Amino acid sequence: MINASGTFDAIAARRVYGDALLEDFPFSAFVSKTITPEPRAGNEPQRIWETPAGMINSIGLPNKGLDGFLAEDLPQLAELPVPLIVSVMGTSQEEFSRLLAGVGERDEVAAIELNISCPNVHSGLIVGERPEETLALLGALQPLTRKPLIVKLTPNVADPAAIAVAAEEGGADAVSLINTLKASAIDPATGAPGIAAGHGGLSGPAVRPVAIAQVRAVAAAVGIPIVGMGGISSGADAREFIAAGASIVAVGTESFRDPLAGLRVADELSSEPAEQLG
Amino acid sequence: MPEETPLGRRLCRVTESRASGGYRVFSLLDEDGPEPQPGQFYMLATESHWEQGGGRPFLPRALSVAETGDARGGVRLDFLIEGIGPGTDRLCELVEGEGVWVNGPLGNAFAPPRELAAGAAGAILVGGGIGIAPLAGLRGRFAERNIPTRVLLGFRDEAHSGGLDDLFSCCEVRLASEDGHVGHQGYVTDLLAKMLEGDDAASAAVYACGPPPMLAAVQALCERNKVPCELAMESPMACGFGACYGCAVPKPDGGFLRLCVDGPVIRCA
Repeated sequence: MINASGTFDAIAARRVYGDALLEDFPFSAFVSKTITPEPRAGNEPQRIWETPAGMINSIGLPNKGLDGFLAEDLPQLAELPVPLIVSVMGTSQEEFSRLLAGVGERDEVAAIELNISCPNVHSGLIVGERPEETLALLGALQPLTRKPLIVKLTPNVADPAAIAVAAEEGGADAVSLINTLKASAIDPATGAPGIAAGHGGLSGPAVRPVAIAQVRAVAAAVGIPIVGMGGISSGADAREFIAAGASIVAVGTESFRDPLAGLRVADELSSEPAEQLG
Repeated sequence: MPEETPLGRRLCRVTESRASGGYRVFSLLDEDGPEPQPGQFYMLATESHWEQGGGRPFLPRALSVAETGDARGGVRLDFLIEGIGPGTDRLCELVEGEGVWVNGPLGNAFAPPRELAAGAAGAILVGGGIGIAPLAGLRGRFAERNIPTRVLLGFRDEAHSGGLDDLFSCCEVRLASEDGHVGHQGYVTDLLAKMLEGDDAASAAVYACGPPPMLAAVQALCERNKVPCELAMESPMACGFGACYGCAVPKPDGGFLRLCVDGPVIRCA
């Protein structure tokens, strides 16, 4: 049981709850928020919007940049009692290479997750939407590090299995899915989108059936392990993902509602009898 | 009583829920949390019938605590609430004995006047609408410390007002209402502007909570009169503990702060 990138800030949570967080850490590995080569402030508010059984977010990947992350955040994340997976995103092969060089040599980092839901500045194409872009990126990055590479797949494609196959061919050690679904909602008070950016990513139980279908499709197409996520809020939900082909499951939005959701879901997963399925 | 905010959410029982003017006041018995400081908030969701009827409310709601008190077996937490959407509507329906998921206390707290400015001897509290809530606890805290405190409260109209008898019955309050149903007809900031003209205002600190236009007006008045102030702000918030980055508020010098962990009280000294 791990966390979905960007849904739990262990540094902020430790400030709020103190060292109790380390004693009852809710995940068995921790995935950082996505870091980019340069610092980002994030998007203008409004950034979140509640929807039926879920929410839309357009946060804009605020982070301190690679140097700030290595200097300020990594030492604190290294104090967590679980392995650390660092999520990175670049807009070119060169940027990804720089991120991998910076993060990949650190002993505190157990694995690297590649967030490829972003455009390649050279081609203008979103890497994670094109098998050939994904294959080329992985082919270039895989030789650069000995750390396991996890490719985070976007659900906003017709055939996520094709992207997963390309990632596997390029040398990915695992794939994780799903990222958020492109979504928008209109504020009835203004008639305009509730999110300042106009649209964002949908998460929460509302996306779970979509995630299950995509995990099944990817599991049928690749042999590498799958990290399954998308609206998991209970042990029964996690069991669905495992039945669909996931080896590891992740909790995302549910942690907003229940900071210890990771622990609770893991407990429910190990204690509930399998007959409850269905 | 624990010193730190307990990790995770816990179930608390409603010990009382009643109408208070156009608003409602409900009380929770918190058996496991510390006594909150005025200005702090909790993330609240009802145990039952949350996320029903079309899947909303889904996220917990951030509510500033109004008053607190000792209760048998824990701390009594009083909240002032106005139903303005599916979450607050559901919280307005709470009845005695119901369970509420509680995460908190969260965020920072108001500071005494002397921490805002060395020469600040007294406090002026300015509340608008449902934003009067955290000022109730603050007024009580300042009274305990013998800090001279004046309270200015404003409401839109009679339907959008409440909490006075329940939270401010013990003290003198100057009122404003936009419809003139009570007190000065106009804005509460009219009262503040007049008060800041007085000589003794030079040694005061202002504490405000209310709708964004009111806070902007309070900040401008304080800046003009060189009076330090603290503003308790509100922003859409999914988690309350720094995880979601949804509650971003622009910083004057660029970038954003997270209102949940960097606020909700923002100092404008």
